[in-house]
Amino acid sequence: MSAFLALLRRDLRLAFAQGGSVGLVIGFFVIAATLFPLASGPERAELARVAPAVIWIGALLATLLSLDRLFQADLEDGGLDLLLLGGAPASVVVLAKCLAHWLSTGLPLVLVSPLLGLLLGLEPVGILMLVKTLLLGTPTLSLIGAVGAGLTVGVRRAGILIAVLILPLYVPVLIFGAGAVDLATLGLDTGPSLALLGAVLLVSLPVGTLGAAAALRLAVL
Amino acid sequence: MLTRLANPTRFLRLADRLLPWLGAATVLAFIAGLVWGLGFAPADYQQGDTVRIMFVHVPAAWLAMFGYSFMAVASFVGLVWKHPLADVAAKAAAPLGAGFCLVALVTGSLWGQPMWGTWWVWDARLTSMLVLFFLYVGYIALWSAIDEPERASKAAAILALVGAVNVPIVKFSVDWWSTLHQPSSVMRLDGPTIDPSILWPLLVNAIAFQLYFVTVLLWRMKAELIGRRVRALTLGLAAREA
Repeated sequence: MSAFLALLRRDLRLAFAQGGSVGLVIGFFVIAATLFPLASGPERAELARVAPAVIWIGALLATLLSLDRLFQADLEDGGLDLLLLGGAPASVVVLAKCLAHWLSTGLPLVLVSPLLGLLLGLEPVGILMLVKTLLLGTPTLSLIGAVGAGLTVGVRRAGILIAVLILPLYVPVLIFGAGAVDLATLGLDTGPSLALLGAVLLVSLPVGTLGAAAALRLAVL
Repeated sequence: MLTRLANPTRFLRLADRLLPWLGAATVLAFIAGLVWGLGFAPADYQQGDTVRIMFVHVPAAWLAMFGYSFMAVASFVGLVWKHPLADVAAKAAAPLGAGFCLVALVTGSLWGQPMWGTWWVWDARLTSMLVLFFLYVGYIALWSAIDEPERASKAAAILALVGAVNVPIVKFSVDWWSTLHQPSSVMRLDGPTIDPSILWPLLVNAIAFQLYFVTVLLWRMKAELIGRRVRALTLGLAAREA
């Protein structure tokens, strides 16, 4: 437990320190979502209709961009070997790193998303649901992404490879997440979508941590 | 049986003995299935002759799904029991499955044009087949990105297993999504049950595809094993010269 907290604290401090990636990820998210109206035209009704899709895909890509550094920096400075040789099981190391990753990318994305919803003309109900779905969905993105990051750690062109490996696995989160926002704006029941998002999160918790742990042991030992 | 085959030399000998027979059986099954399906099976009363696309399309889709399951099981065997041929089998199966996936998608598209009036519909089955194709592509990309076969095989096995856990979820979510957005124009085979005059040639074609899968799988496994042997010999030679 203390190893978990120490690793979490270290990763968060690194992420939020100068030169960390938090600001960059948010910047990417906002810019990507802003580009969309420029390409599709500024009609409000049209924008509000595609807003959930735009914001969700923006969040997906922003998470993806930050993933290739998840284990890579630790591998380069040798920290990863020490973490895995230490007393804590590899899956606990992965869990701590995933939590830190989510707190430093997923959560900021959730916090910025209402602003983007507003910019794209989403109704208040939709914005509320957007925050809820992102809150439930972004941890899944970090967990599944950790498998991709673990498998490609130390591999050339890891960033683009992670995208190819992981994006198909993000399909359920995208469908339920953006779908629930759509349903909310239409005034329909969103309970099943949220429950399914939660279920996907629960499944990806063991799959993500165990998978990434196995991948890391492979890369280091 | 599996333990006996763990010796690559023994496996190669067995494969050499089996391959001619399997190859002949594949060719015969293909001739029988395609001639029966394309030439003699009755045309559909609504779809006319385009229904014959089914004799290629449906077995390809089955084999695409079978290929991924096979890959996942082989990866599991490789990770748990460290069977030396399991990762070779998984690697050999991936391009085959991806190929069948592509055949199913292309023939489906060609079938969709006259039937639905469009090359592509965002229907649940089509979309999940497309995602399956992407999973295959990722698996193959991971194999080719890592140089050492040892590490590549284990990394790919982990990916295949994580993917296998996700495949049902993806399939289910795509079904859910499509029923939300697209109530009309869904192709259903279960409306009128398939007539035996069409079902039998379909099954013969499925057997032909399956035989093709096994034959080419053995062939590719053989090539992979020989390739690894060449690699080991070259490395040994280089080490002696240095």
